Amino acid sequence: MFAHLILGLRAAGLPTSITEWLTLMGAMKEGVVEYSVDDFYFLARATLVKDERHLDKFDRVFAACFKGLEPPEGIPVQDLPEEWLRKLAEKMLTPEEMAKIEALGGLDALMKRLQELLDEQKGRHQGGSKWIGTAGTSPFGAYGYNPEGVRIGQDRSRHRRAVKVWDKREFKDLDDTVELGTRGMKVALRRLRRFARQGAATELDMPDTIKSTANNAGMLDLKMVPERHNTVKVLLFLDIGGSMDDHIRLTEELFSACRTEFKHLEHYYFHNCPYERVWKNNRRRHEEVIPTWQVLRTYGPDYKLIFVGDGAMSPYEITMQGGSVEHWNEEAGSVWVERLTGHYRRSAWLNPTPKQSWGHVRSITMLNDLMEGRMYPLTVNGIDEMTRELSR
Amino acid sequence: MAGFKSTEHYIASRDLEVAVNAAVTLQRPLLVKGEPGTGKTVLAHEVAQALGKPLIEWHIKSTTKAQQGLYEYDAVSRLRDGQLGDERVHDIRNYIIRGKLWEAFASDQQAVVLIDEIDKADIEFPNDLLLELDRMQFFVYETRETVVAKQRPIILITSNNEKELPDAFLRRCFFHYIRFPDRDTMEKIVQAHYPDIRKDLAREALNVFFQIRDVPGLKKKPATSELLDWLKLLMVEDLPADALRSNEKQLVIPPLHGALLKNEQDVHLFERLAFLARRGG
Repeated sequence: MFAHLILGLRAAGLPTSITEWLTLMGAMKEGVVEYSVDDFYFLARATLVKDERHLDKFDRVFAACFKGLEPPEGIPVQDLPEEWLRKLAEKMLTPEEMAKIEALGGLDALMKRLQELLDEQKGRHQGGSKWIGTAGTSPFGAYGYNPEGVRIGQDRSRHRRAVKVWDKREFKDLDDTVELGTRGMKVALRRLRRFARQGAATELDMPDTIKSTANNAGMLDLKMVPERHNTVKVLLFLDIGGSMDDHIRLTEELFSACRTEFKHLEHYYFHNCPYERVWKNNRRRHEEVIPTWQVLRTYGPDYKLIFVGDGAMSPYEITMQGGSVEHWNEEAGSVWVERLTGHYRRSAWLNPTPKQSWGHVRSITMLNDLMEGRMYPLTVNGIDEMTRELSR
Repeated sequence: MAGFKSTEHYIASRDLEVAVNAAVTLQRPLLVKGEPGTGKTVLAHEVAQALGKPLIEWHIKSTTKAQQGLYEYDAVSRLRDGQLGDERVHDIRNYIIRGKLWEAFASDQQAVVLIDEIDKADIEFPNDLLLELDRMQFFVYETRETVVAKQRPIILITSNNEKELPDAFLRRCFFHYIRFPDRDTMEKIVQAHYPDIRKDLAREALNVFFQIRDVPGLKKKPATSELLDWLKLLMVEDLPADALRSNEKQLVIPPLHGALLKNEQDVHLFERLAFLARRGG
């Protein structure tokens, strides 16, 4: 029964096992829920999904499977480009106009029609009464009015006529392959914290216990010592200004959050590519520069080095002497990157731009080669991979 | 069997009810995650109360070991008693201290066990409890006896997501993620806790509360528990609803904001935004 649901979930990459499937079947047999689609959805979710990161994928698969729809070829229904659906205008209709809008028929008819339209439609659309877009009176799309509408990509209900729960995709923020949002940020930080502290607090100090028991004429005298904490030292190099302005908020969030998590954390700013000087205070970046050599001398090789930057720049800024956009640099950026990664035993580069687009920017590819492939996207997954690499 | 439903004091969404009832019926643990302050721990109290069963709470710390939930063998006291020549020393059972799970297993009535904040413990902690939670039995090496649960307890586990839990452990649980309540639900929650609150005060307070939650960049967004604390303060102070009213564009720092904003950076951020809004408007 419903076997296509579990197959669909596994195909979508959810780690759902036979055991969980049997649990769901058991729960159905025990009559945990009555004959209600919503309840079945809740039960299936509680049984088959074990991590909030997967809830969104589950919603999508459930929607596809349970309505007996094949996932549409070409554009997946729920993955319409957001730009289509951004509300540019909201169309307000009078009650008379609303009354005029005829519902197209049952839900099945709507879904079938939606798929046909998706196959036909190629571009962004707004207004009108047939195509899928925003603020129209077609039953498909968002921010419009049709009593029997199917909402796609709308972030809140305007007329409170939602047809289906799982189409709201309330857990979209929790999917770990999208870039970090506020909530994603928190999860990412926990990964960082796991990286920062390991081990419990106390352990028995054997030599001292034996010694003081002997001193005590054989009466037991226990001595405890606090367990050594893994003191991870981190050196952050943050790209600031220029092409990073888009990502600056994200970087700052990560940075300020890191500050509370690590005991030994030092940060320096650079622009585009690290050269012979860095600075600590961005407002006084020209007055208070610190020679990179001094950083290398001050912080030993046991520091873990993390660059944060989009790496988007002209290739000359990396390869050429004097290539920097701000000043004349005696040595090329690549020399400095190699010097830094050579000095520090563990280093990585976090890149806020999506990983798919790295291949299109020459300088990113070059930096990734310089980092020997240790460039990670600034997503929960990326941070996870990075901490694993750094703590190895 | 009476299922779990929203009570007078606890508003549970339908999906939470289904998850709890599934866990109770199939006698498997329920893992509950969610933002801090959305009522994960309170859920266990409510479940115990709704089903009329005793609640056994086991709060996890970073030093907690799985074994402590089952039993501990107090070798040190025994050694000391041995040195002092105490009679009790001949029976090892005198030095076995029962843990929370043993307590629950031994209880004649089915108990509700809350394992609170399981992610605080060592990463191996959940793995060490796999068999015990699955079969609801464990073996005491010191006395060579097997403890089997008389009644399989209902186990609720909360997690704040600080550590990832092992797959093998997750497979044995039901899972529920408590979403932050929307405005309608929040109104119900407020009503459930403070039935005699003035309508206008509640409305204005909720406006301010959701406005604060929408402020980007807050380190700790206020959650349900903070809202309830704040409302209580407002009621004690008997503030008029006007004191909270602000027009849509203008942010003002709400009275008694200490109950909502728990972090000085957040207060600063908020003051700055309010200042900018005043200047702009």
